[in-house]
Amino acid sequence: MARLRIENVRKSFGATQVLHGIDLSVEDGEMIVIVGASGCGKSTLLRIVAGLEAPTSGAVLIDGRDVTALEPPDRDVAMVFQNYALYPHMSVFENMAYGLRIRRLPKEEIRRRVGETAELLGISSLLDRRPRQLSGGQRQRVAMGRAIVREPKLFLFDEPLSNLDAKLRVQMRAEIRRLQKRLGVTSLFVTHDQTEAMTLGDRLVVMHQGHAAQVATPMEVWSRPADTYVGGFIGSPAMNLLEARLAEGGAAAALKAGPVLRFADGPRPGPAGRPILIGIRPEHVRRDGMAGLELALDLAEPLGSETVLHGRLPGGEALTAKLAGFPQGTSGSIRIALPPEEWHVFDAETGRRLDPL
Amino acid sequence: MATALAASRRRRRATAITHAILILGVILFALPLWIVLMGSTHDAATIGRGEVPLLPGAHAVENYAAAWTEGAARTTGVPVALMMWNSFVMAVLIAVGKIAISLLSAYAVVFFRFPFRMAAFWAIFITLMLPVEVRIFPTFKVVSDLGMVDTYAGLIVPLVASATATLLFRQFFLTIPDEFVEAAKIDGAGPLRFFWDVVLPLSRTNMAALFVILFVYGWNQYLWPLLVTTSTEVETVVIGIVKMIGSESNTDWNIVMATAVLALLPPVAVVLLMQRWFVKGLTDTEK
Repeated sequence: MARLRIENVRKSFGATQVLHGIDLSVEDGEMIVIVGASGCGKSTLLRIVAGLEAPTSGAVLIDGRDVTALEPPDRDVAMVFQNYALYPHMSVFENMAYGLRIRRLPKEEIRRRVGETAELLGISSLLDRRPRQLSGGQRQRVAMGRAIVREPKLFLFDEPLSNLDAKLRVQMRAEIRRLQKRLGVTSLFVTHDQTEAMTLGDRLVVMHQGHAAQVATPMEVWSRPADTYVGGFIGSPAMNLLEARLAEGGAAAALKAGPVLRFADGPRPGPAGRPILIGIRPEHVRRDGMAGLELALDLAEPLGSETVLHGRLPGGEALTAKLAGFPQGTSGSIRIALPPEEWHVFDAETGRRLDPL
Repeated sequence: MATALAASRRRRRATAITHAILILGVILFALPLWIVLMGSTHDAATIGRGEVPLLPGAHAVENYAAAWTEGAARTTGVPVALMMWNSFVMAVLIAVGKIAISLLSAYAVVFFRFPFRMAAFWAIFITLMLPVEVRIFPTFKVVSDLGMVDTYAGLIVPLVASATATLLFRQFFLTIPDEFVEAAKIDGAGPLRFFWDVVLPLSRTNMAALFVILFVYGWNQYLWPLLVTTSTEVETVVIGIVKMIGSESNTDWNIVMATAVLALLPPVAVVLLMQRWFVKGLTDTEK
């Protein structure tokens, strides 16, 4: 149990810079999920915290102690790997006990701790087996057990669920969250899966091209994305981004598709004609019988309880809408409304969120 | 009905031909061994008359006892027991030494980043192209200057470094996932600990297979031992057999054949013993 601070961490591999100054402060017992597309630097950040990579500059502090120069075992962290990295020639017991044996704990103590952890994870009956005799979910538990038994200050998870099938993944996700809360161990969890990120994290770090695009609670990331990347990354299907210009002294947006609509929450700064992007999530697009914009449909994807419609607005821009049920008359075109109270307004040049004055 | 019969007859004929060919092959390979085995059970006079006995004679025990304790009295007079011991020591130490050295050098090349790592790798690789025969004179010079002629060290040391085994272990180590290395690092295992606790156990089957190959390689060495041994004290059995064959009239052929049979046994034993080991390892794959 510990607090973690990451201060202005940068990392370059040769000429390519993969981390451009990451700052993060993690409270005791908090679960932080680092999420981003592949190549965004999320795994590198985790490995720097683990001590498997050295940052080019910046510092990592655990409980106020600068551990940047320390080797992994001296940092008192435990890591769960994507492919579990269980030693194939050791039994489950030996796998879990290995770290403790190296730390020269007395035999009795090791047996007690492994026993308790196995009990906690429901793998007591598997202790004599070899990893290859286990199912994917059981291996996952053993990998967790190996981390838990060490009683580390910090848990590091490197995409631990991505090798499981979909059903097991949902189950293990809930289990990891429950365990982490119960043990209260400060944790970093890396994933590319936005559902995992939303459900697991106390807070999310959304990474994009080596920057932390946003650090906030899952609901805040969803309801107030800091830029167009975060808006598009979190949420499925992805948020629509429509071109527009500032109008009426900043109080309204003139959409490329035609209509001029007033902001629901107040005017935005900037001269008239400033290029902006209006973000609206597909589930917030509404059907509008008469008055709305015409959406020329080219694909309907029925999901059962809802239907995802892909089409084009009069200006030629693509728009995705998610409507309840399977609406009749979804061929040709339909009329839709873009309610301004659900808008996210972004600067078209920087992509940053524009809040009302 | 008739076609079915014809088909079955044709099949039977094909089977017969296949078997005939196989049996011929077995005879071709086995006959020399059989002749040696039978020859070792007759007395010197029978073979001296130029007969090639195909049935066992009555002198098996005395021939083998004579070979084991005295050797071929008329030519070298070195007991086969001593030569076998020399061969065994040489083969085992070469096999163990080669495995130990190549394990460590492959471990260094694969798991460590050090200056000139690739240069080191290529240096090892290039020695593959220099067989013992090519460098035999400089090697002999070095060994004799070091005073290692007629010693076990002289027999073994020049043969003990192996590029082939290093390359094999390198290829195997490259298949060990990086996550094992990282998991061990986080568990607090140092490089030697990781080598001992993870790399060695995972290499067991490779080691067993290599041991068989290298033991037979060491046992069958001819040219190098011929050069570096002059004393009978460190003579190996392969050299011994050649030396026993003096002139045509002056050779105890029955003893030579008994010695040949004895010389066959250790490699066969090692193959059989280790085969059980590495077949078990292969079916028991833990990756």
